[in-house]
Amino acid sequence: MTAAIEFRKVSRVFGDVRAVDDVSFAIEPGEFFAMLGPSGSGKTSCLRLVAGFDAPDAGHVLLDGQDVSAVPPYDRNVNTVFQDYALFPHMTVLENVAYGPRVKGIERGAREPAAKDMLELVQLGALGDRRPAQLSGGQRQRVALARALINHPKVLLLDEPLGALDLKLREEMQIELKGLQKKLGITFVYVTHDQGEALSMADRVAVFNKGKIEQLAAPRELYTRPRTEFVARFVGSANVAHASLAMILAGNEQPFALRGEHITVLAADSPAPSGAPTTAGVVVAVQYHGAVSRWQVKLDAGDVWSALVSEEDARVLEGLGVGSRVRLSWPRAAAVMLAAGGA
Amino acid sequence: MIRAASTFLYRRPTWYLSLLLVPPLLWFGTVYLGSLFALLWQSFYRIDDFTAQIVREPTLATYHQLVAQPANIDIIVRTLGMSIAVTLACAVIGLPIATYMARYARGRMKAFFYVGVMLPMWTSYLVKVYAWRQLLAKEGIIAWTADKLGMGSVLDSLLATPGIGGPSLSTSYVGMFLVFTYMWLPFMILPMAAALERVPGSLLQASADLGARPAQTFRNVVLPLAVPGIAAGSVFTFSLTLGDYVIPSVVGAPGYFIGMMVYTQQGTAGNIPLAAAFSVVPIVLIAIYLAIAKRFGAFDAL
Repeated sequence: MTAAIEFRKVSRVFGDVRAVDDVSFAIEPGEFFAMLGPSGSGKTSCLRLVAGFDAPDAGHVLLDGQDVSAVPPYDRNVNTVFQDYALFPHMTVLENVAYGPRVKGIERGAREPAAKDMLELVQLGALGDRRPAQLSGGQRQRVALARALINHPKVLLLDEPLGALDLKLREEMQIELKGLQKKLGITFVYVTHDQGEALSMADRVAVFNKGKIEQLAAPRELYTRPRTEFVARFVGSANVAHASLAMILAGNEQPFALRGEHITVLAADSPAPSGAPTTAGVVVAVQYHGAVSRWQVKLDAGDVWSALVSEEDARVLEGLGVGSRVRLSWPRAAAVMLAAGGA
Repeated sequence: MIRAASTFLYRRPTWYLSLLLVPPLLWFGTVYLGSLFALLWQSFYRIDDFTAQIVREPTLATYHQLVAQPANIDIIVRTLGMSIAVTLACAVIGLPIATYMARYARGRMKAFFYVGVMLPMWTSYLVKVYAWRQLLAKEGIIAWTADKLGMGSVLDSLLATPGIGGPSLSTSYVGMFLVFTYMWLPFMILPMAAALERVPGSLLQASADLGARPAQTFRNVVLPLAVPGIAAGSVFTFSLTLGDYVIPSVVGAPGYFIGMMVYTQQGTAGNIPLAAAFSVVPIVLIAIYLAIAKRFGAFDAL
């Protein structure tokens, strides 16, 4: 099957910054694909290359097997939901949604019913006559979605689409977007810096760092088997043991990552579970999050690790707090070996 | 003491705003609006034909005189025609420049363009008008260049056009039109550029993304959002041309313009009521112009 989108050794350079650095990957048709990374990691630059707002300095961008590196955005069967929604302020909601068919020369009589259907799809059927300025953030988001979907694109690009919404609305929209993608069967490319969003929605996630893809994998694999220190830290903020610390803790220089939820916090004088690796340190902070608390512990070796302590376990630790000496222990199998080096 | 006053005002925004607004409003209200209404009121007096004294009784006689004389109507039509032509020319020339300034120019280039547009305003208006008269003169540089380029016949046929031509550029309506357009162009470009600067780049990307070619994006997105700026600029160019009396007296054909009539009537002729009635004409024309612009939705995006 031809890939919906393929990058072949694509680079995009701004001055001396390699925004996209020799990147290759392929997105399957119908896939929900997330590009995850901090700001400036190259994920939005990749999105702009797919949309056609920008052209690669080297390499090829293929849509449906066709090299589109030199094709302008208006000739690509790809539509975008913008971070700021980019709704036309001088048009009504209905006119905004009908804009795609309108510039393609479709009669008013045909495009307006189509736009109404799209508004129904995003549950805004009653608001067609409003101006964008009269809508709430969540409603604008839906209009932007309807406007992008009306052209029946093969690929929908979403650039941090939920960034401006509050938490509750964001979670609702995540479920809705995922459902919409399943229903329409369109390839979604979703750019975000929120690892929770990427993990919960995507079929596969590409983690970007400094213009390169650090790891491309399904969410569960990304979380349980991060390949590099960057991925381990960025996705679920794991603790990382570098070569020297790994030498102390595990007896060899292979760096490894360890999730906070796998670490057990014990009083300093309690016996270590037999066979399990262990280390000691001083508590520097305890953050209460409800179901769990995050204990920041400064290890004797110098690093600060964080351990997640459930409410249940916290009762055992009664009396311990900031400044207490504690022992950390974890099952040997929980340590995920990382590629040496990395960021 | 100052701290106490600051605290006092901080807690009482109404006092603070009054303190800020009362002096300029007094100035605006009495000196500006007051004299404007005093002037308008004069237009409802009339001048006694025998004694040449102003008769201070409300009457419409002066307005009757204004509209009953075909010469006066000619003056109004001539001024209005010139204002419309100058406004259209400024809009057509200004839009590409403003678009470049607002959307494409960056850094030094942008500064260069903004300074370049405003630089002419640092020079005396009179100096510029007289300089243009030299440029447009029969033996001036424009005629000379046209001649050297073998375009002398083009210029001659332009000057031979009835209504707008004349013996030379500096004594024709074409020449006057050029000077007006040059003078008021910055007043069109700056508001246009300001309006275009406010259009987010993502709107243009969204338009292209949805399938619009550049010309469609320009017509459907850029132009409608630039319209408030164009409207503001055109109010400047329109009203400045309607009221000007220096350019028509220095450059162009001998026909009178509204501004010159006001100047002559209140000066040598001593007919203050007629001068006042003439100065009402641009106010009415601009009011009509704004009403039309509003009708076409020029201010909807404000």
